[in-house]
Amino acid sequence: MTATTIDRPQAATTHLSPRLTASTAARVLRQLRHDHRTIAMMLVLPSLLLGLLYLLWKDVPTFPGQESTFDRVGLTMLGIFPFVVMFLVTSIAMLRERTSGTLERLLTTPLARLDLLLGYGLAFGLMAALQALVTVTVATTVYDLDVAGSIWLVVLIAVVDAVLGVALGLLASAFARSEFQAVQFMPVIVLPQFFLCGLLVAREQMAGWLQAISDVLPLTYAVEALQEVGRSAAETGTMWRDIGIVAGAALLALALAAATLRRRTS
Amino acid sequence: MDAAVTVTDLVVDRGRRRVLHGLSFAVPTGEVTGLLGPSGSGKTTLMRAIVGVQQIRSGEVTVLGEPAGSPALRNRLGYVTQAPSVYADLSVRDNVRYFASLYGMSPREADAAIADVGLTDAAGQLVRDLSGGQMGRASLACALVGCPEVLVLDEPTVGLDPVLRVELWDRFHALAAAGTTLIVSSHVMDEAGRCDRLLLLRDGDLIADSTPAQLRTDGRSDDLEAAFLNLVRAHEEVGASGHQRSDERAGSGAPRGSEQESLA
Repeated sequence: MTATTIDRPQAATTHLSPRLTASTAARVLRQLRHDHRTIAMMLVLPSLLLGLLYLLWKDVPTFPGQESTFDRVGLTMLGIFPFVVMFLVTSIAMLRERTSGTLERLLTTPLARLDLLLGYGLAFGLMAALQALVTVTVATTVYDLDVAGSIWLVVLIAVVDAVLGVALGLLASAFARSEFQAVQFMPVIVLPQFFLCGLLVAREQMAGWLQAISDVLPLTYAVEALQEVGRSAAETGTMWRDIGIVAGAALLALALAAATLRRRTS
Repeated sequence: MDAAVTVTDLVVDRGRRRVLHGLSFAVPTGEVTGLLGPSGSGKTTLMRAIVGVQQIRSGEVTVLGEPAGSPALRNRLGYVTQAPSVYADLSVRDNVRYFASLYGMSPREADAAIADVGLTDAAGQLVRDLSGGQMGRASLACALVGCPEVLVLDEPTVGLDPVLRVELWDRFHALAAAGTTLIVSSHVMDEAGRCDRLLLLRDGDLIADSTPAQLRTDGRSDDLEAAFLNLVRAHEEVGASGHQRSDERAGSGAPRGSEQESLA
């Protein structure tokens, strides 16, 4: 009986491991697979909400030569939906890890904290890609949404936005001590970004100090990137810069979330 | 070195309450050590300190020669919390395979761990559809699959029927015979007799570090429950006189903190 001399292919590390990140992402997706209604809501809900906006502005006349309101708002929403949905889903998922004791258990295993968070980012990023494909397809065919640039760029921006939502959701959940707090972090983190992103009031028309705040909020750049794709057929440098900023903000939030995830608690 | 776990002067505070009051003991390798005491005596806190997820006030916890919680230990130690910590929306198989992957183990080894806890027939079921006892065993399988050298189990037999409980204890002894060190907590004294060694905890104090046989002698009873009670009473008499002294000291108006500082 020599059970202690089992061959261990992976030495004890808590360094980043693509293998552990992938198996965590697969686990998160498997959990989703058993929840058909959540999957259906993730895939269909943004399209339905977009339909409501379409009907809202359908009969409102637009001045000739001007972009219709639905084209402007609808396109922006393609970036905001995945951000909001993934923020909420992630905060709840992380809170469940905490309350079920699985988080504490994971922290005693060789899984690095960043592996866990990247696993969530990867899983929900994939879901966001599917969601964006459905929404963009419905928006451009059923609701005649006008996009000058490639719709693949719209999908890409939606996915990067979703990953930003996941990262901020993970970060926020570190500060939530209860379900009630977790849910209220949504308006705290999401709404100011939505108000100041340039959709409700053009950024040039904001008071200087509000514009300064808007400048440091990542959603602002996501919206600007979408507007660039909506306006010009060719890929613009501003768009790529904006996508880079949003991705950078997401990575920063993930790193902060990993840093605030304490292995030892009182 | 003989001890798998060494605890020296461990003090833990939770909130403003002192939960562990300077514990010192050693857990021998390859044996089943029972951690016994009533609910609220600090068993879970002590186990959390050993697995390295508990903030400690002072003292030292060493596991397999490394400080508790160090990265090198995460492949060598398994922890099963009191409430089953598994994913309710995954099947037993998916749960165990996930934890297997974290320890670098294959799906085949995951299936073996499921068989070890007698859940092969329920492997495809979602954990949320299982009974409480089955959930506990699924949780245990997720730790067993890592083939840990030290296995820390918090009340693993709560809610199990007697037959399963005996099976599980046989399994623990088989693991110990193969070289695994087990630390098993329980608040039921009839399980104490199944352990090789016993640590009795009450209100955050260690009142016995012993074997079942020694405990029967010290507690002047063949019944472990009665022996435990006798030890508690003996301990309380000593403790009561100790408290009296500290009351007098508080009454004299000398703040304890400043006294300690002046000593340091």
